[in-house]
Amino acid sequence: MKVIATYNIKGGVGKTTAAVNLSYLAAQDGLRTLLWDLDPQAAATYMFRVRARVKGGGQALIRGTRGLDQAIKGTDFDRLDLLPGDFTYRNMDLLLDGAKHRARRLSRLLSPLAGDYDLVVLDCPPSISLVSENVLHAAGLILVPLIPTTLSLRTLDQLTDFVASFDGPRPEVLAFFSMVDRRKRLHREIAERLPTQRADVAAAAVPALAVIERMAVERAPVPAFAPRSQAARSYQDLWAEVRKRVLG
Amino acid sequence: MEVRSHEFEIADPGPPPLGRIRDELAVAFTVASDRRAKRVRRIWLDTFDWLLYRAGLTLQYVGGSGPGELVLTGGGGQQLTARARRARWPCLPGGLPPGPLRDRVAAVAGLRALLPRVSVVSQVSELRLLNEDEKTVARIAVDAMTLPAPQGAAIAARLAVAEVRGYPAAARRAGRILTGTGGVVPSRQTALDAALSAAGQRGADYTGKVAVPLFPAMPGAEAVSAILLQQLDALEANVDGVLHDIDTEFLHDLRIAVRRTRTALKLLGHVLPGELTLRFASEFRWLGDTTTPLRDLDVQLLSLPSMAARLVAASPDDLQPLAAYLARRRAAERRKLSRALRSARFDAMVGDWRKALLVPRAVGHASGPRAAELSTDRTRRADARVLRLGSAITASSPAESLHTLRKRCKELRYVLEFFRSLHDPLLYAAVLADLKRLQDCLGEFQDSEVQSAEIQSLAAAMLARQAAPASTLLAMGELAAQLGTRQRAARAEFTDRFAHFAGGAGRHRMAALTAGDSG
Repeated sequence: MKVIATYNIKGGVGKTTAAVNLSYLAAQDGLRTLLWDLDPQAAATYMFRVRARVKGGGQALIRGTRGLDQAIKGTDFDRLDLLPGDFTYRNMDLLLDGAKHRARRLSRLLSPLAGDYDLVVLDCPPSISLVSENVLHAAGLILVPLIPTTLSLRTLDQLTDFVASFDGPRPEVLAFFSMVDRRKRLHREIAERLPTQRADVAAAAVPALAVIERMAVERAPVPAFAPRSQAARSYQDLWAEVRKRVLG
Repeated sequence: MEVRSHEFEIADPGPPPLGRIRDELAVAFTVASDRRAKRVRRIWLDTFDWLLYRAGLTLQYVGGSGPGELVLTGGGGQQLTARARRARWPCLPGGLPPGPLRDRVAAVAGLRALLPRVSVVSQVSELRLLNEDEKTVARIAVDAMTLPAPQGAAIAARLAVAEVRGYPAAARRAGRILTGTGGVVPSRQTALDAALSAAGQRGADYTGKVAVPLFPAMPGAEAVSAILLQQLDALEANVDGVLHDIDTEFLHDLRIAVRRTRTALKLLGHVLPGELTLRFASEFRWLGDTTTPLRDLDVQLLSLPSMAARLVAASPDDLQPLAAYLARRRAAERRKLSRALRSARFDAMVGDWRKALLVPRAVGHASGPRAAELSTDRTRRADARVLRLGSAITASSPAESLHTLRKRCKELRYVLEFFRSLHDPLLYAAVLADLKRLQDCLGEFQDSEVQSAEIQSLAAAMLARQAAPASTLLAMGELAAQLGTRQRAARAEFTDRFAHFAGGAGRHRMAALTAGDSG
């Protein structure tokens, strides 16, 4: 079972839309996929029309009184399941702080699912916290959506340095440009130049398009309701790169 | 990702009443459906001896316009699915896509290949049941199956209500609604049974076990003929699988049928016409001997991975040349055996044997012992031989004495199995368990010796042909040492195992079993 995560310290950069669309494409590609919506805002959960509620809340999951498998919901799509978000996840830092192996608790909670899924996608809330540290330890690949600005690249470097300081296995970091506005010269330049200069930046980029915003209206992944759209093609290109890195 | 499915049948013939079903479900759910029915081909897969079916599992390959899918269904309706990119059967369990489905199938099927048992063409309409968020909370597949041409027979349409994970109540509710819908009834048989029945087949119609219904007062000759005929059926049923090399167990089952036949001729042949026993005993010995080299190589190849995993000094890779050498020899032996099984001698043997066995049944053998007497007498004799030989074995007895005892134990086992239907089931199971413990120990002892000798002879042959580097020969030496250790351990355990079999409790059980037959 491979684990990937979408992560950025900032909010509103396209983490959740990437997590939803890549999970969907992975399942379409034949992988038994689980998306864990770790964000208390539960936007990914909403997009799959699942109610944002976990029985016993985050406390039951983190303490292990309720197995993750009991909280999983099937989506409308073959091979794709969802572990819903819940508003109590806002306290997850506190819960993890009180747990044994506090930085690796999520990894341990996921391990019993190894026989059930080929891929787990973690949609991480925007923060730098014990939750994100857990996610960085649990995942083999961290996908970092970046808006093409100089400052966001600085964030990527900070994250890479942080990951490099880990003892033991370290996740691979792969950034991709998100919400690329082709009308902006700076966006165009950075999105075209950086992938050729840095191996940790994906060639595929996701443009800023209204169809992606429509996901919250359609409550479905882009390739499910607009399979021929440019946005769908962008996510397919990104999935192809991610798949290659994760599965070889 | 296991989900549960609840199955229903539509009692009325003709196209499924989709409109009525939708209307009933619309009371509780928003019902969405695909615009067009999908046409798919379903192929049910099982081992030759129906291991999945007997374990309450069905495995089907569902192929349509897109990639195929494997669906494993348990007795409670639980389903596991896996994508299957290829659809070439037969296939060993190891050839299935990795995942829980393969693990579950492999645990039941073991060494046996999966074969297509029956196939149908399905027109599947899917209904999706949505909750107030328009989320799919259950799926209903309406399946109109027909046998492929030329049979083309229609099978009663079926409804399968599949749970969506995390929403079990919705599927249960849909099931309750369907149960109250006119013409829809909970399914009395699985889709596989329905397809088999339409094709004029039935599940579990082959078993490698002795399964002859006898009754105590039937003439012994008739009972023996029935036993031998079932073994002949088993033998013939396995010939194709051996010729096509589908899996190693076809040959194993064929050899067991031959051994049982030889034992029956030896221990029960006196109730048959004398010339039969004489002629066919030598023919079955020929057949048994002809199959031995290939089976020995199968055993070597099957045990190689586990033995390689236990290597300490050598690496499992060092055994690659041995595996390749064994595979080449196996191919040569398989050609020889195939020639024998396609020979006029084999055809004449099985044809004449069947004719001969049918004669005493037609004529009727009123004289001679009854089945119960025959069972008691022969079981007691076979048991006495085991006791006599086993009691004479001491720490200094040669290995040959244990090999002889093993043969006598097999004879006792077969006699018990032949007359199983005459025995009290609990007592029979207890006696067989006593005997099996002893047989396992003797089997381990002899198999280790035979394999060890075989490895030494292989090493010599490979060395002579320069077919193995030094590392392979050293690894083979380690294998031989492993086998030696196993053989010594089995020998050390023999005394206890035999004492258990021959001791008071074991004797009491055997006496009760054989007393019941004569009474």
